[in-house]
Amino acid sequence: MDFAFTEEQQEIFAAVREFCDDVLKPRAQEVDEAGEYPWDNVRQLGKLDLMGIPAPEEYGGMGLGFLEWAVIGELLSGACTTTGAIYGAHMLAEYPIMHFGTDEQKQKFLAPLATGEKIGAFGLTEPDAGSDAGNVQTRAERDGDEYILNGSKLFISNGGDAELYVIIANADPSRGMRGLTAFIVEKGTPGFDFGKDEQKMAFKSLSNRELIFTDCRVPAANILHKEKGGFRVTMQTLAVGRIGMAVGAVGLAQAAYDAAVAYAQTRVQFDQPISGFQAIQFKLADMATDIECSRLLTYQAAWRKDEGLDFEKQAAMAKVFASEACSRVCNEAVQIHGGYGYTKEYAVERYFREAKLFEIVEGTSEIQRLVIANRLLKEAKLR
Amino acid sequence: MNFIVCIKQVPDTTEVRIDPETNTLVREGVPSIINPFDENAIEAALQLKEKHGGKVMVITMGPPQAEKALREAVAMGADEAILISDRAFAGSDTLATSYTLAQAIRRIGDYDLILCGKQAFDGDTAQVGPGLAEQLGIPQVTYAIEAEIEDKGLRVKRLLEDRFEVVETRLPALITCVKQMNEPRHAGLKGVMKARKAEIPTWTAEDIQADTARCGLDGSPTNVVRIFTPERGREGERLEGECSEVVHTLIQRLREAKVL
Ligand SMILES: Cc1cc2nc3c(=O)[nH]c(=O)nc-3n(C[C@H](O)[C@H](O)[C@H](O)COP(=O)(O)OP(=O)(O)OC[C@H]3O[C@@H](n4cnc5c(N)ncnc54)[C@H](O)[C@@H]3O)c2cc1C
Repeated sequence: MDFAFTEEQQEIFAAVREFCDDVLKPRAQEVDEAGEYPWDNVRQLGKLDLMGIPAPEEYGGMGLGFLEWAVIGELLSGACTTTGAIYGAHMLAEYPIMHFGTDEQKQKFLAPLATGEKIGAFGLTEPDAGSDAGNVQTRAERDGDEYILNGSKLFISNGGDAELYVIIANADPSRGMRGLTAFIVEKGTPGFDFGKDEQKMAFKSLSNRELIFTDCRVPAANILHKEKGGFRVTMQTLAVGRIGMAVGAVGLAQAAYDAAVAYAQTRVQFDQPISGFQAIQFKLADMATDIECSRLLTYQAAWRKDEGLDFEKQAAMAKVFASEACSRVCNEAVQIHGGYGYTKEYAVERYFREAKLFEIVEGTSEIQRLVIANRLLKEAKLR
Repeated sequence: MNFIVCIKQVPDTTEVRIDPETNTLVREGVPSIINPFDENAIEAALQLKEKHGGKVMVITMGPPQAEKALREAVAMGADEAILISDRAFAGSDTLATSYTLAQAIRRIGDYDLILCGKQAFDGDTAQVGPGLAEQLGIPQVTYAIEAEIEDKGLRVKRLLEDRFEVVETRLPALITCVKQMNEPRHAGLKGVMKARKAEIPTWTAEDIQADTARCGLDGSPTNVVRIFTPERGREGERLEGECSEVVHTLIQRLREAKVL
């Protein structure tokens, strides 16, 4: 067992950290308040080769692993949570194409995603299909070499801004979730429109648009995996996405912790820095421990993915633990800042609002526990 | 077009201290970086290459560990790098340094434009660039804030204290670059990987046919006698209070000091 990064990994992370410190961090507050998709940051992610970390080099990617993708996601999220979330949502389109796509699909769709020339999004959630992802109502009807899509998606991250969408629709409702089918749909396809952008508690600059399909014709050649193979595509994509959410939570928690330590060491009450009080020290100790656990679980899940081992249970564990830990950490970071932490003067006010997201998206905490428990019980039966 | 960028590895100035006993820079534990103005020179070269095609070569004279600075430049996008390193170069002043760089550039041979930072953060002399141009007998334009290549000639906008000056010259030439010239790019991951694998040759005094009497300490007429932090002069005074009152007191003080 080796917990150390290789020299190559260290150099890669150092380069990303420099970009985070010089570019992302100083703008993070502005990005949060702007309410506009941070195109400049997103374009720079592409320029610096960060949009295709695990994609093969022949398709313009870096040919690295999901571990590298995870650590970089953590750094981005720590510097600018919104940019980190965009990076994560992008992979929800890139990964299924990378994993399930044919050579032709990869040439056409993976390459522009891996280089960051195009941004990706993943459309699963619908008004009646949230946690119950199998209940997707968007219909896909075959018509010759095409499928006709009808229905709508909600909450889609990067929605409207992304150029490439992986859309989950049902090609055979009689078979329930076994009828689900994954399509690659390009922005600009006739019959594909954007509706309402959700007004959220945080992440104001991350688009979460409604996607509307009205007799939208998509070539059969754009099916990922196979017709009625969409459930597998969905589950695999969500599993990788859970690592992405865990990573975002770890990065955010670390940022909140760093802010809290710095504040505790400078804020003086009763003639001493508040970090001198054991009550504050214990908070810091718990926060740091929470972050360390989250990080190790998350890296382990990513490592298992890279090793070709089953990683879905670990990804769910990482996601539920890291997101809940992140909320605890951000809550205490505000507490340590006292009244100032409740004001816009300090970034922890934003961190506190942002943290909640990670407990909901890509499967709520409850759903993660369901996934974990299902696995545990199955494993117990097999024994 | 062949571009040569001369860079220097310097201690990160935000972390530098002077040892009061020896009056020398304390370098232990201080991270080394590319001299910030040299990053502007690299960026300028990369932009010119993107526009006109060609090759960007980066060179540095320094100890073996200066290779790291060269790799950083390759990560930014430089095509090739050469480390000029020899015990004989130790203790070089600006004259010996520009001589050594000139010898290396003579060996490289084919070039159109040499770019340097306007000065090094640690030495602050701003002499090596101009010295190098003199050694090579080519035109030099210092403090460039813009540089355009037009019809095989060079058009440079210079940033002077109170004005801009636009100068045209033939190529090959040398320019020194100011901070305001551009925003040096960050290294992308492909650059980082390329830099890891890049072969960086080391050229010794012999390789560049340098006359060792003109290198290092032997070739350096400048002697640093002492480096010290200047004594603080008189303390300033801060006037506080109502604006009108402060202005009144200020005028009174200036009159007393016979400034007004
Ligand atoms: C900012 C943001 C970004 C998003 N990005 C995307 C995206 O890019 N693509 C996409 O497809 N979706 C996206 N979503 C949607 C997100 O994945 C869903 O909101 C999430 O899966 C929960 O679904 P729901 O909101 O319908 O909640 P519901 O499923 O209605 O859940 C309500 C509550 O009931 C609980 N619950 C439901 N079922 C069970 C059960 N069986 N057992 C126990 N408890 C249960 C839930 O845990 C939750 O507490 C995004 C959402 C947000 C807020």
